[in-house]
Amino acid sequence: MNLSVAKRDELNALCKKFRIDLIEVLHSIQTGHPGGSLSVCEILTALYFEKAKVDPQNPLWENRDRIVLTKGHAAPMLYRVLAEKGFFPVEEMKTLRQLNSRLQGHPCALETPGVELSTGPLGIGLSACVGMALGLKLSGIEDATVYAILGDGELNEGTVWEACMAAAKFKTDNLIAILDHNHVQLDGTSDEIMPMGNVAAKFEAFGFEVFSCNGHDVEELCSTIDQAKAVKGKPSIILAETVKGKGISFMEGKNIWHGKPISDEEYKLAMAELRGEK
Amino acid sequence: MGKAIRDVYGEALVKYGRENKNVVVLDADVCSSTKSGLFAAAIPERFFNVGIAEADMVGIAAGLATTGKIPFVNTFAVFLASIGLIGARAFGSYSKLNVKFMGAYGGISDAYDGPSHHSLEDIAIMRALPNFQVFVAADEYQTDWLVKNAIEVDAPMYIRLSRDATPTVYSADTKFETGKGMILREGKDATIIACGVMVGQAVAAAEELAKKGIEVRVVDMFSIKPIDRELILESAAKTGAIVTAEEHNIIGGLGGAVAEVLSAGGANAVQEFIGLQDLHAECGSYNELLTKYGLDVPAVIAAVEKAIARK
Repeated sequence: MNLSVAKRDELNALCKKFRIDLIEVLHSIQTGHPGGSLSVCEILTALYFEKAKVDPQNPLWENRDRIVLTKGHAAPMLYRVLAEKGFFPVEEMKTLRQLNSRLQGHPCALETPGVELSTGPLGIGLSACVGMALGLKLSGIEDATVYAILGDGELNEGTVWEACMAAAKFKTDNLIAILDHNHVQLDGTSDEIMPMGNVAAKFEAFGFEVFSCNGHDVEELCSTIDQAKAVKGKPSIILAETVKGKGISFMEGKNIWHGKPISDEEYKLAMAELRGEK
Repeated sequence: MGKAIRDVYGEALVKYGRENKNVVVLDADVCSSTKSGLFAAAIPERFFNVGIAEADMVGIAAGLATTGKIPFVNTFAVFLASIGLIGARAFGSYSKLNVKFMGAYGGISDAYDGPSHHSLEDIAIMRALPNFQVFVAADEYQTDWLVKNAIEVDAPMYIRLSRDATPTVYSADTKFETGKGMILREGKDATIIACGVMVGQAVAAAEELAKKGIEVRVVDMFSIKPIDRELILESAAKTGAIVTAEEHNIIGGLGGAVAEVLSAGGANAVQEFIGLQDLHAECGSYNELLTKYGLDVPAVIAAVEKAIARK
Protein backbone atom coordinates (compact mmCIF):
# COMPACT_ATOMS: atom_id res chain seq x y z
CA MET A 1 0.00 0.00 0.00
CA ASN A 2 1.42 3.39 -0.97
CA LEU A 3 1.96 6.04 1.66
CA SER A 4 -0.17 9.11 1.47
CA VAL A 5 1.71 12.28 0.60
CA ALA A 6 0.94 13.63 4.05
CA LYS A 7 2.33 10.52 5.72
CA ARG A 8 5.45 10.61 3.58
CA ASP A 9 6.04 14.25 4.41
CA GLU A 10 5.47 13.53 8.09
CA LEU A 11 8.03 10.71 8.12
CA ASN A 12 10.58 12.80 6.26
CA ALA A 13 10.07 15.68 8.67
CA LEU A 14 10.63 13.32 11.57
CA CYS A 15 13.86 12.04 10.00
CA LYS A 16 15.10 15.60 9.56
CA LYS A 17 14.34 16.35 13.20
CA PHE A 18 15.98 13.13 14.39
CA ARG A 19 19.18 13.90 12.48
CA ILE A 20 19.39 17.41 13.92
CA ASP A 21 18.80 16.15 17.46
CA LEU A 22 21.29 13.33 17.01
CA ILE A 23 24.10 15.67 16.01
CA GLU A 24 23.13 18.02 18.82
CA VAL A 25 23.46 15.31 21.46
CA LEU A 26 26.52 13.57 20.00
CA HIS A 27 28.31 16.91 19.81
CA SER A 28 27.41 17.79 23.35
CA ILE A 29 28.52 14.47 24.85
CA GLN A 30 31.58 14.07 22.56
CA THR A 31 31.06 10.33 22.20
CA GLY A 32 28.77 7.97 20.28
CA HIS A 33 28.38 6.75 16.70
CA PRO A 34 27.09 9.28 14.15
CA GLY A 35 27.78 7.41 10.88
CA GLY A 36 25.63 4.32 11.38
CA SER A 37 22.99 6.26 13.30
CA LEU A 38 22.44 8.56 10.33
CA SER A 39 22.26 5.68 7.86
CA VAL A 40 19.61 3.77 9.80
CA CYS A 41 17.36 6.80 10.40
CA GLU A 42 14.69 6.14 7.77
CA ILE A 43 14.59 2.40 8.53
CA LEU A 44 13.81 3.02 12.19
CA THR A 45 11.39 5.82 11.41
CA ALA A 46 9.46 3.79 8.84
CA LEU A 47 9.15 0.91 11.28
CA TYR A 48 8.21 2.79 14.43
CA PHE A 49 6.01 5.43 12.82
CA GLU A 50 4.31 3.45 10.09
CA LYS A 51 4.81 -0.27 9.83
CA ALA A 52 5.40 -1.86 13.22
CA LYS A 53 2.87 -2.54 15.98
CA VAL A 54 4.26 -1.26 19.26
CA ASP A 55 2.62 0.40 22.23
CA PRO A 56 4.71 2.82 24.29
CA GLN A 57 2.10 2.64 27.06
CA ASN A 58 2.55 -1.11 27.20
CA PRO A 59 6.08 -1.87 25.99
CA LEU A 60 5.80 -5.59 26.79
CA TRP A 61 2.45 -6.08 25.05
CA GLU A 62 2.50 -9.73 24.01
CA ASN A 63 1.32 -9.24 20.43
CA ARG A 64 3.72 -6.42 19.59
CA ASP A 65 6.18 -6.59 16.75
CA ARG A 66 9.76 -6.94 17.94
CA ILE A 67 12.29 -4.51 16.52
CA VAL A 68 15.88 -5.47 17.33
CA LEU A 69 18.79 -3.20 16.49
CA THR A 70 21.40 -5.90 16.11
CA LYS A 71 23.86 -3.19 14.97
CA GLY A 72 23.71 -1.89 18.52
CA HIS A 73 26.16 0.97 18.03
CA ALA A 74 23.43 2.92 16.26
CA ALA A 75 21.73 3.19 19.66
CA PRO A 76 21.56 7.01 19.62
CA MET A 77 19.16 6.99 16.67
CA LEU A 78 17.15 4.14 18.17
CA TYR A 79 16.80 6.12 21.40
CA ARG A 80 15.76 9.27 19.60
CA VAL A 81 13.06 7.37 17.72
CA LEU A 82 11.85 5.53 20.84
CA ALA A 83 11.66 8.81 22.71
CA GLU A 84 9.61 10.46 19.97
CA LYS A 85 7.32 7.45 19.95
CA GLY A 86 6.72 8.00 23.66
CA PHE A 87 8.69 5.24 25.37
CA PHE A 88 10.56 7.81 27.48
CA PRO A 89 10.99 11.58 27.56
CA VAL A 90 12.93 13.17 24.67
CA GLU A 91 14.64 15.25 27.35
CA GLU A 92 16.42 12.11 28.52
CA MET A 93 18.51 12.06 25.32
CA LYS A 94 21.00 14.42 26.90
CA THR A 95 21.91 11.75 29.45
CA LEU A 96 23.09 9.41 26.68
CA ARG A 97 26.26 7.53 27.65
CA GLN A 98 26.47 9.42 30.96
CA LEU A 99 26.67 7.92 34.43
CA ASN A 100 23.31 6.84 35.92
CA SER A 101 21.54 7.10 32.57
CA ARG A 102 19.04 4.57 31.25
CA LEU A 103 20.54 5.20 27.83
CA GLN A 104 23.63 3.01 27.71
CA GLY A 105 26.24 3.23 24.96
CA HIS A 106 24.65 0.20 23.36
CA PRO A 107 20.99 -0.79 23.78
CA CYS A 108 20.15 -2.44 27.09
CA ALA A 109 16.80 -4.19 27.33
CA LEU A 110 16.87 -4.16 31.13
CA GLU A 111 17.28 -0.39 31.27
CA THR A 112 15.43 1.25 28.43
CA PRO A 113 11.71 0.90 27.73
CA GLY A 114 11.16 -0.21 24.15
CA VAL A 115 14.53 -1.88 23.72
CA GLU A 116 13.79 -5.51 22.92
CA LEU A 117 17.25 -7.00 23.22
CA SER A 118 20.60 -5.92 24.61
CA THR A 119 22.90 -5.69 21.62
CA GLY A 120 26.40 -4.51 20.97
CA PRO A 121 28.52 -7.56 20.26
CA LEU A 122 27.97 -7.85 16.53
CA GLY A 123 26.81 -10.93 14.67
CA ILE A 124 24.71 -12.66 17.30
CA GLY A 125 21.61 -10.47 17.20
CA LEU A 126 20.09 -12.31 14.25
CA SER A 127 20.32 -15.62 16.14
CA ALA A 128 18.30 -14.11 18.97
CA CYS A 129 15.76 -12.81 16.46
CA VAL A 130 15.37 -16.32 15.06
CA GLY A 131 14.69 -17.46 18.63
CA MET A 132 12.14 -14.68 19.14
CA ALA A 133 10.39 -15.66 15.93
CA LEU A 134 10.30 -19.31 17.00
CA GLY A 135 9.08 -18.37 20.47
CA LEU A 136 6.22 -16.32 19.03
CA LYS A 137 5.16 -19.20 16.83
CA LEU A 138 5.33 -21.65 19.75
CA SER A 139 3.18 -19.26 21.77
CA GLY A 140 0.59 -19.14 19.04
CA ILE A 141 1.20 -15.45 18.36
CA GLU A 142 0.82 -15.51 14.60
CA ASP A 143 0.47 -11.85 13.72
CA ALA A 144 3.64 -10.43 15.28
CA THR A 145 6.75 -9.82 13.19
CA VAL A 146 10.35 -9.77 14.35
CA TYR A 147 12.40 -7.08 12.60
CA ALA A 148 16.17 -7.57 12.84
CA ILE A 149 18.15 -4.53 11.76
CA LEU A 150 21.63 -5.60 10.71
CA GLY A 151 24.69 -3.64 9.73
CA ASP A 152 26.75 -4.77 6.78
CA GLY A 153 29.95 -4.87 8.83
CA GLU A 154 28.43 -7.47 11.09
CA LEU A 155 27.91 -9.77 8.13
CA ASN A 156 31.63 -10.51 8.57
CA GLU A 157 30.66 -12.55 11.66
CA GLY A 158 29.99 -16.20 10.91
CA THR A 159 27.14 -16.39 13.40
CA VAL A 160 25.01 -14.28 11.03
CA TRP A 161 25.14 -17.09 8.51
CA GLU A 162 24.53 -19.72 11.16
CA ALA A 163 21.41 -17.78 12.09
CA CYS A 164 20.38 -17.65 8.41
CA MET A 165 20.64 -21.43 8.12
CA ALA A 166 18.52 -21.85 11.24
CA ALA A 167 15.92 -19.31 10.08
CA ALA A 168 15.57 -21.17 6.81
CA LYS A 169 15.44 -24.59 8.48
CA PHE A 170 12.80 -23.51 10.97
CA LYS A 171 10.87 -21.50 8.33
CA THR A 172 10.60 -18.34 10.41
CA ASP A 173 8.45 -16.37 8.00
CA ASN A 174 7.63 -14.01 10.88
CA LEU A 175 11.22 -12.78 10.73
CA ILE A 176 12.18 -9.86 8.48
CA ALA A 177 15.81 -8.83 8.50
CA ILE A 178 16.63 -5.36 7.25
CA LEU A 179 20.21 -4.69 6.24
CA ASP A 180 21.40 -1.12 6.71
CA HIS A 181 23.60 -1.54 3.67
CA ASN A 182 25.89 1.47 3.91
CA HIS A 183 28.99 -0.36 2.65
CA VAL A 184 31.30 1.21 5.24
CA GLN A 185 32.56 -0.20 8.52
CA LEU A 186 34.90 1.04 11.21
CA ASP A 187 38.26 0.53 9.56
CA GLY A 188 37.25 1.27 5.99
CA THR A 189 34.81 0.34 3.27
CA SER A 190 33.37 -3.14 3.38
CA ASP A 191 35.16 -3.94 0.15
CA GLU A 192 38.48 -3.00 1.75
CA ILE A 193 37.97 -4.75 5.08
CA MET A 194 36.14 -7.92 4.13
CA PRO A 195 34.49 -8.06 0.73
CA MET A 196 31.16 -9.85 1.12
CA GLY A 197 30.68 -10.50 -2.58
CA ASN A 198 27.12 -10.69 -3.78
CA VAL A 199 25.21 -10.20 -0.55
CA ALA A 200 21.80 -10.72 -2.16
CA ALA A 201 22.93 -14.01 -3.70
CA LYS A 202 24.37 -15.12 -0.38
CA PHE A 203 21.14 -14.53 1.54
CA GLU A 204 19.16 -16.14 -1.23
CA ALA A 205 21.41 -19.20 -1.15
CA PHE A 206 20.91 -19.41 2.60
CA GLY A 207 17.16 -19.62 2.11
CA PHE A 208 15.94 -16.04 2.43
CA GLU A 209 13.53 -14.18 0.19
CA VAL A 210 15.57 -11.13 -0.75
CA PHE A 211 14.28 -7.62 -1.44
CA SER A 212 16.17 -4.42 -2.18
CA CYS A 213 15.21 -0.82 -1.80
CA ASN A 214 16.52 2.67 -1.23
CA GLY A 215 17.00 2.78 2.53
CA HIS A 216 16.56 6.55 2.66
CA ASP A 217 13.22 6.53 0.83
CA VAL A 218 10.48 5.98 3.40
CA GLU A 219 7.91 5.16 0.73
CA GLU A 220 10.06 2.43 -0.77
CA LEU A 221 10.94 1.10 2.66
CA CYS A 222 7.30 0.82 3.66
CA SER A 223 6.17 -0.87 0.47
CA THR A 224 9.11 -3.31 0.61
CA ILE A 225 8.24 -4.20 4.18
CA ASP A 226 4.71 -4.96 2.98
CA GLN A 227 6.12 -7.30 0.34
CA ALA A 228 8.36 -9.03 2.88
CA LYS A 229 5.45 -9.54 5.25
CA ALA A 230 3.56 -11.36 2.51
CA VAL A 231 6.29 -14.01 2.15
CA LYS A 232 5.27 -17.37 3.61
CA GLY A 233 7.37 -20.38 4.54
CA LYS A 234 10.72 -18.63 4.74
CA PRO A 235 12.42 -15.61 6.27
CA SER A 236 13.00 -12.41 4.31
CA ILE A 237 15.67 -9.79 4.16
CA ILE A 238 15.46 -6.28 2.82
CA LEU A 239 18.75 -4.93 1.52
CA ALA A 240 18.18 -1.28 2.29
CA GLU A 241 20.77 0.67 0.34
CA THR A 242 21.98 3.50 2.56
CA VAL A 243 24.82 5.97 2.99
CA LYS A 244 26.88 6.08 6.14
CA GLY A 245 26.65 9.56 7.63
CA LYS A 246 23.64 10.34 5.40
CA GLY A 247 22.59 13.99 5.42
CA ILE A 248 25.92 15.56 6.29
CA SER A 249 28.12 15.90 3.22
CA PHE A 250 31.48 15.69 4.99
CA MET A 251 30.42 12.53 6.84
CA GLU A 252 28.81 10.65 3.97
CA GLY A 253 30.61 7.45 3.06
CA LYS A 254 33.49 8.12 5.42
CA ASN A 255 34.52 5.35 7.77
CA ILE A 256 36.14 7.80 10.21
CA TRP A 257 32.62 8.92 11.12
CA HIS A 258 31.78 5.50 12.51
CA GLY A 259 32.42 6.72 16.03
CA LYS A 260 34.37 9.99 15.95
CA PRO A 261 33.50 12.88 18.28
CA ILE A 262 32.16 15.96 16.50
CA SER A 263 34.22 19.16 16.86
CA ASP A 264 32.63 22.61 17.33
CA GLU A 265 33.49 23.57 13.76
CA GLU A 266 32.10 20.33 12.34
CA TYR A 267 29.00 20.73 14.46
CA LYS A 268 28.27 24.18 13.00
CA LEU A 269 28.73 22.94 9.44
CA ALA A 270 26.59 19.85 10.07
CA MET A 271 23.75 21.77 11.69
CA ALA A 272 23.65 24.36 8.93
CA GLU A 273 23.41 21.59 6.39
CA LEU A 274 20.76 19.60 8.24
CA ARG A 275 18.64 22.71 8.76
CA GLY A 276 18.94 23.49 5.07
CA GLU A 277 20.78 26.75 5.57
CA LYS A 278 23.37 25.87 2.95
CA MET B 1 27.74 -46.48 41.17
CA GLY B 2 24.47 -44.95 40.06
CA LYS B 3 23.12 -44.40 36.60
CA ALA B 4 25.07 -42.50 33.99
CA ILE B 5 24.55 -38.79 34.62
CA ARG B 6 23.75 -38.09 31.00
CA ASP B 7 20.98 -40.68 30.95
CA VAL B 8 19.45 -39.28 34.12
CA TYR B 9 19.65 -35.82 32.62
CA GLY B 10 17.88 -36.78 29.40
CA GLU B 11 15.13 -38.55 31.33
CA ALA B 12 14.69 -35.57 33.67
CA LEU B 13 14.35 -33.22 30.70
CA VAL B 14 11.53 -35.32 29.34
CA LYS B 15 9.84 -35.74 32.73
CA TYR B 16 9.87 -32.09 33.74
CA GLY B 17 9.53 -30.87 30.18
CA ARG B 18 6.19 -32.64 29.91
CA GLU B 19 5.02 -30.85 33.05
CA ASN B 20 6.05 -27.38 31.90
CA LYS B 21 5.10 -26.43 28.36
CA ASN B 22 7.51 -23.51 28.35
CA VAL B 23 10.53 -25.80 28.39
CA VAL B 24 12.32 -25.84 25.04
CA VAL B 25 15.49 -27.74 24.28
CA LEU B 26 18.27 -26.95 21.82
CA ASP B 27 21.25 -28.99 20.79
CA ALA B 28 24.21 -28.49 18.46
CA ASP B 29 24.32 -31.84 16.67
CA VAL B 30 25.32 -33.87 19.72
CA CYS B 31 21.89 -34.80 21.06
CA SER B 32 22.68 -38.49 21.07
CA SER B 33 25.67 -37.75 23.31
CA THR B 34 24.11 -35.16 25.61
CA LYS B 35 20.90 -37.23 25.72
CA SER B 36 18.77 -34.22 24.90
CA GLY B 37 17.75 -36.55 22.08
CA LEU B 38 15.39 -38.21 24.55
CA PHE B 39 13.49 -34.92 24.71
CA ALA B 40 13.65 -34.61 20.90
CA ALA B 41 11.98 -38.01 20.56
CA ALA B 42 9.35 -37.34 23.21
CA ILE B 43 8.47 -33.70 22.49
CA PRO B 44 9.76 -32.90 19.00
CA GLU B 45 7.77 -29.67 18.63
CA ARG B 46 9.81 -28.08 21.42
CA PHE B 47 13.21 -29.36 20.32
CA PHE B 48 15.57 -27.51 17.98
CA ASN B 49 18.74 -29.00 16.58
CA VAL B 50 20.67 -26.03 15.22
CA GLY B 51 23.61 -27.96 13.80
CA ILE B 52 27.22 -27.42 14.78
CA ALA B 53 26.70 -23.78 15.69
CA GLU B 54 27.03 -23.25 19.42
CA ALA B 55 27.02 -19.45 19.45
CA ASP B 56 23.95 -19.45 17.22
CA MET B 57 22.27 -21.97 19.54
CA VAL B 58 22.77 -19.72 22.54
CA GLY B 59 21.49 -16.70 20.61
CA ILE B 60 18.37 -18.56 19.48
CA ALA B 61 17.81 -19.71 23.06
CA ALA B 62 18.04 -16.13 24.26
CA GLY B 63 15.42 -15.06 21.74
CA LEU B 64 13.17 -17.88 22.89
CA ALA B 65 13.66 -16.73 26.49
CA THR B 66 12.43 -13.24 25.57
CA THR B 67 9.08 -14.83 24.71
CA GLY B 68 8.78 -16.60 28.07
CA LYS B 69 10.24 -19.94 27.08
CA ILE B 70 12.72 -21.78 29.31
CA PRO B 71 15.46 -22.89 26.93
CA PHE B 72 18.00 -25.58 27.75
CA VAL B 73 21.05 -25.38 25.51
CA ASN B 74 23.04 -28.56 25.17
CA THR B 75 26.49 -29.38 23.98
CA PHE B 76 29.82 -30.39 25.45
CA ALA B 77 30.83 -28.17 28.36
CA VAL B 78 34.05 -27.15 26.65
CA PHE B 79 32.16 -25.70 23.67
CA LEU B 80 29.46 -24.00 25.71
CA ALA B 81 32.03 -22.15 27.80
CA SER B 82 34.01 -21.11 24.73
CA ILE B 83 31.98 -20.78 21.54
CA GLY B 84 28.77 -20.26 23.50
CA LEU B 85 30.35 -17.65 25.71
CA ILE B 86 29.49 -14.57 23.66
CA GLY B 87 25.79 -15.23 24.06
CA ALA B 88 26.19 -16.37 27.66
CA ARG B 89 27.72 -13.00 28.42
CA ALA B 90 25.50 -10.70 26.35
CA PHE B 91 22.17 -12.43 26.87
CA GLY B 92 22.52 -14.53 30.03
CA SER B 93 24.82 -12.49 32.20
CA TYR B 94 24.21 -8.93 30.99
CA SER B 95 20.53 -9.30 30.03
CA LYS B 96 19.57 -11.85 32.72
CA LEU B 97 17.68 -13.89 30.15
CA ASN B 98 16.47 -17.20 31.51
CA VAL B 99 18.71 -19.58 29.56
CA LYS B 100 20.02 -22.85 31.00
CA PHE B 101 23.48 -23.81 29.84
CA MET B 102 23.86 -27.56 30.23
CA GLY B 103 27.54 -28.48 30.04
CA ALA B 104 27.68 -32.13 29.02
CA TYR B 105 30.77 -34.28 29.35
CA GLY B 106 32.21 -32.03 32.05
CA GLY B 107 35.80 -32.29 33.27
CA ILE B 108 37.72 -35.14 31.68
CA SER B 109 34.71 -37.44 31.46
CA ASP B 110 34.89 -37.45 27.67
CA ALA B 111 38.03 -39.38 28.45
CA TYR B 112 38.87 -41.10 25.19
CA ASP B 113 38.23 -38.04 23.04
CA GLY B 114 41.13 -36.30 24.72
CA PRO B 115 41.98 -32.77 25.82
CA SER B 116 40.24 -31.02 22.91
CA HIS B 117 37.00 -32.33 24.41
CA HIS B 118 37.85 -32.04 28.11
CA SER B 119 36.54 -29.05 30.03
CA LEU B 120 38.83 -27.83 32.77
CA GLU B 121 38.11 -24.11 32.66
CA ASP B 122 34.32 -23.98 32.33
CA ILE B 123 33.60 -23.38 36.01
CA ALA B 124 36.11 -20.53 36.16
CA ILE B 125 34.67 -18.91 33.04
CA MET B 126 31.01 -19.26 33.85
CA ARG B 127 31.24 -18.22 37.47
CA ALA B 128 33.02 -15.03 36.41
CA LEU B 129 29.86 -13.95 34.58
CA PRO B 130 27.70 -11.64 36.72
CA ASN B 131 24.18 -12.96 37.39
CA PHE B 132 25.02 -16.52 36.44
CA GLN B 133 24.35 -19.35 38.84
CA VAL B 134 26.77 -22.26 38.53
CA PHE B 135 26.20 -25.86 39.59
CA VAL B 136 28.07 -29.14 39.27
CA ALA B 137 26.09 -32.38 39.43
CA ALA B 138 27.52 -35.00 41.77
CA ASP B 139 25.13 -37.90 41.32
CA GLU B 140 21.92 -39.04 39.67
CA TYR B 141 19.50 -37.66 42.25
CA GLN B 142 21.18 -34.29 42.31
CA THR B 143 21.13 -34.19 38.50
CA ASP B 144 17.40 -34.75 38.52
CA TRP B 145 16.90 -31.96 41.08
CA LEU B 146 19.13 -29.58 39.13
CA VAL B 147 16.91 -29.94 36.06
CA LYS B 148 13.74 -29.43 38.08
CA ASN B 149 15.24 -26.45 39.88
CA ALA B 150 16.47 -24.90 36.63
CA ILE B 151 12.91 -24.89 35.31
CA GLU B 152 11.54 -23.34 38.51
CA VAL B 153 14.12 -20.58 38.96
CA ASP B 154 14.18 -17.60 36.61
CA ALA B 155 17.93 -17.03 36.24
CA PRO B 156 20.69 -17.79 33.77
CA MET B 157 22.44 -20.94 34.91
CA TYR B 158 25.38 -23.08 34.00
CA ILE B 159 25.05 -26.70 35.06
CA ARG B 160 27.97 -29.03 34.56
CA LEU B 161 27.10 -32.65 33.91
CA SER B 162 29.31 -35.69 33.69
CA ARG B 163 29.17 -38.17 30.87
CA ASP B 164 29.47 -41.11 33.20
CA ALA B 165 28.01 -42.81 36.21
CA THR B 166 29.22 -41.38 39.50
CA PRO B 167 28.95 -42.87 43.00
CA THR B 168 25.46 -42.36 44.40
CA VAL B 169 25.57 -40.21 47.52
CA TYR B 170 21.94 -39.08 47.75
CA SER B 171 18.52 -40.60 47.62
CA ALA B 172 15.31 -39.70 45.86
CA ASP B 173 14.06 -37.71 48.86
CA THR B 174 17.22 -35.66 49.52
CA LYS B 175 16.43 -31.94 49.72
CA PHE B 176 18.77 -29.53 47.96
CA GLU B 177 18.87 -25.77 48.13
CA THR B 178 20.68 -23.23 45.95
CA GLY B 179 23.66 -21.80 47.80
CA LYS B 180 23.69 -24.50 50.45
CA GLY B 181 26.48 -27.09 50.53
CA MET B 182 25.64 -30.63 51.58
CA ILE B 183 27.46 -32.03 54.63
CA LEU B 184 27.92 -35.72 53.86
CA ARG B 185 30.11 -36.62 56.80
CA GLU B 186 31.21 -34.89 59.98
CA GLY B 187 34.76 -34.60 61.24
CA LYS B 188 37.03 -32.29 63.21
CA ASP B 189 40.47 -32.77 61.63
CA ALA B 190 39.95 -31.40 58.12
CA THR B 191 37.22 -30.60 55.60
CA ILE B 192 37.09 -31.82 52.04
CA ILE B 193 35.00 -29.53 49.89
CA ALA B 194 34.29 -31.30 46.63
CA CYS B 195 32.03 -31.18 43.60
CA GLY B 196 31.01 -33.54 40.85
CA VAL B 197 32.74 -36.89 40.61
CA MET B 198 35.12 -35.84 43.40
CA VAL B 199 32.30 -35.97 45.94
CA GLY B 200 32.27 -39.76 45.78
CA GLN B 201 36.07 -39.84 45.96
CA ALA B 202 35.99 -37.57 49.00
CA VAL B 203 33.50 -39.77 50.83
CA ALA B 204 35.61 -42.86 50.10
CA ALA B 205 38.78 -41.07 51.21
CA ALA B 206 37.13 -39.96 54.44
CA GLU B 207 36.13 -43.55 55.18
CA GLU B 208 39.71 -44.69 54.68
CA LEU B 209 41.06 -41.87 56.82
CA ALA B 210 38.62 -42.75 59.60
CA LYS B 211 40.30 -46.15 59.85
CA LYS B 212 43.50 -44.26 60.71
CA GLY B 213 41.67 -42.18 63.30
CA ILE B 214 41.47 -39.06 61.13
CA GLU B 215 37.98 -37.59 61.10
CA VAL B 216 37.15 -35.54 58.04
CA ARG B 217 34.11 -33.43 57.28
CA VAL B 218 32.97 -33.88 53.67
CA VAL B 219 31.00 -31.18 51.90
CA ASP B 220 29.46 -31.39 48.44
CA MET B 221 29.63 -27.82 47.18
CA PHE B 222 27.39 -28.47 44.17
CA SER B 223 26.23 -24.85 44.17
CA ILE B 224 29.44 -23.13 43.16
CA LYS B 225 27.64 -19.84 42.68
CA PRO B 226 26.05 -18.72 44.88
CA ILE B 227 28.44 -20.49 47.20
CA ASP B 228 27.83 -21.44 50.83
CA ARG B 229 30.08 -18.89 52.53
CA GLU B 230 28.86 -19.71 56.03
CA LEU B 231 29.59 -23.40 55.67
CA ILE B 232 33.07 -22.75 54.26
CA LEU B 233 34.01 -20.37 57.07
CA GLU B 234 32.48 -22.60 59.69
CA SER B 235 34.42 -25.57 58.30
CA ALA B 236 37.63 -23.55 58.38
CA ALA B 237 37.05 -22.51 61.97
CA LYS B 238 36.08 -25.99 63.06
CA THR B 239 38.75 -28.03 61.26
CA GLY B 240 41.53 -25.56 60.37
CA ALA B 241 42.29 -27.44 57.15
CA ILE B 242 40.43 -27.33 53.85
CA VAL B 243 40.98 -29.57 50.86
CA THR B 244 39.12 -28.60 47.71
CA ALA B 245 38.63 -31.36 45.17
CA GLU B 246 37.38 -30.84 41.63
CA GLU B 247 37.67 -32.19 38.12
CA HIS B 248 38.85 -28.83 36.80
CA ASN B 249 42.00 -26.78 36.57
CA ILE B 250 43.14 -25.78 40.08
CA ILE B 251 42.93 -22.18 38.86
CA GLY B 252 39.58 -20.44 39.02
CA GLY B 253 37.23 -23.29 39.81
CA LEU B 254 35.80 -24.55 43.09
CA GLY B 255 39.20 -24.24 44.76
CA GLY B 256 39.48 -20.64 43.68
CA ALA B 257 35.95 -19.89 44.81
CA VAL B 258 36.59 -21.40 48.25
CA ALA B 259 39.92 -19.57 48.55
CA GLU B 260 38.11 -16.28 47.83
CA VAL B 261 35.70 -16.97 50.67
CA LEU B 262 38.46 -18.00 53.08
CA SER B 263 40.55 -14.98 52.24
CA ALA B 264 37.77 -12.41 52.39
CA GLY B 265 36.43 -14.03 55.56
CA GLY B 266 39.80 -13.83 57.33
CA ALA B 267 39.77 -17.59 57.96
CA ASN B 268 42.66 -19.14 59.80
CA ALA B 269 42.94 -22.34 57.81
CA VAL B 270 45.29 -23.99 55.32
CA GLN B 271 44.00 -25.06 51.90
CA GLU B 272 45.15 -27.83 49.57
CA PHE B 273 43.93 -27.89 45.97
CA ILE B 274 43.03 -31.10 44.20
CA GLY B 275 42.39 -30.73 40.50
CA LEU B 276 44.24 -30.70 37.21
CA GLN B 277 47.54 -29.01 38.02
CA ASP B 278 47.31 -26.26 35.40
CA LEU B 279 47.83 -28.70 32.56
CA HIS B 280 45.85 -30.49 29.88
CA ALA B 281 45.28 -34.20 30.39
CA GLU B 282 45.47 -36.78 27.62
CA CYS B 283 43.14 -39.48 26.37
CA GLY B 284 42.59 -42.85 28.02
CA SER B 285 40.02 -44.55 30.17
CA TYR B 286 38.25 -42.25 32.63
CA ASN B 287 39.48 -44.12 35.70
CA GLU B 288 43.05 -44.19 34.43
CA LEU B 289 42.90 -40.46 33.84
CA LEU B 290 41.48 -39.78 37.30
CA THR B 291 44.40 -41.70 38.80
CA LYS B 292 47.11 -40.24 36.59
CA TYR B 293 45.99 -36.67 37.24
CA GLY B 294 45.57 -37.00 40.99
CA LEU B 295 41.79 -37.17 41.15
CA ASP B 296 41.44 -40.53 42.85
CA VAL B 297 40.95 -41.63 46.45
CA PRO B 298 44.66 -42.01 47.33
CA ALA B 299 45.30 -38.48 46.04
CA VAL B 300 42.53 -37.09 48.24
CA ILE B 301 43.89 -38.96 51.26
CA ALA B 302 47.39 -37.59 50.61
CA ALA B 303 46.07 -34.04 50.27
CA VAL B 304 44.15 -34.30 53.54
CA GLU B 305 47.21 -35.58 55.38
CA LYS B 306 49.31 -32.80 53.90
CA ALA B 307 46.78 -30.19 54.92
CA ILE B 308 46.58 -31.51 58.47
CA ALA B 309 50.38 -31.50 58.71
CA ARG B 310 50.43 -27.83 57.63
CA LYS B 311 48.00 -26.71 60.35
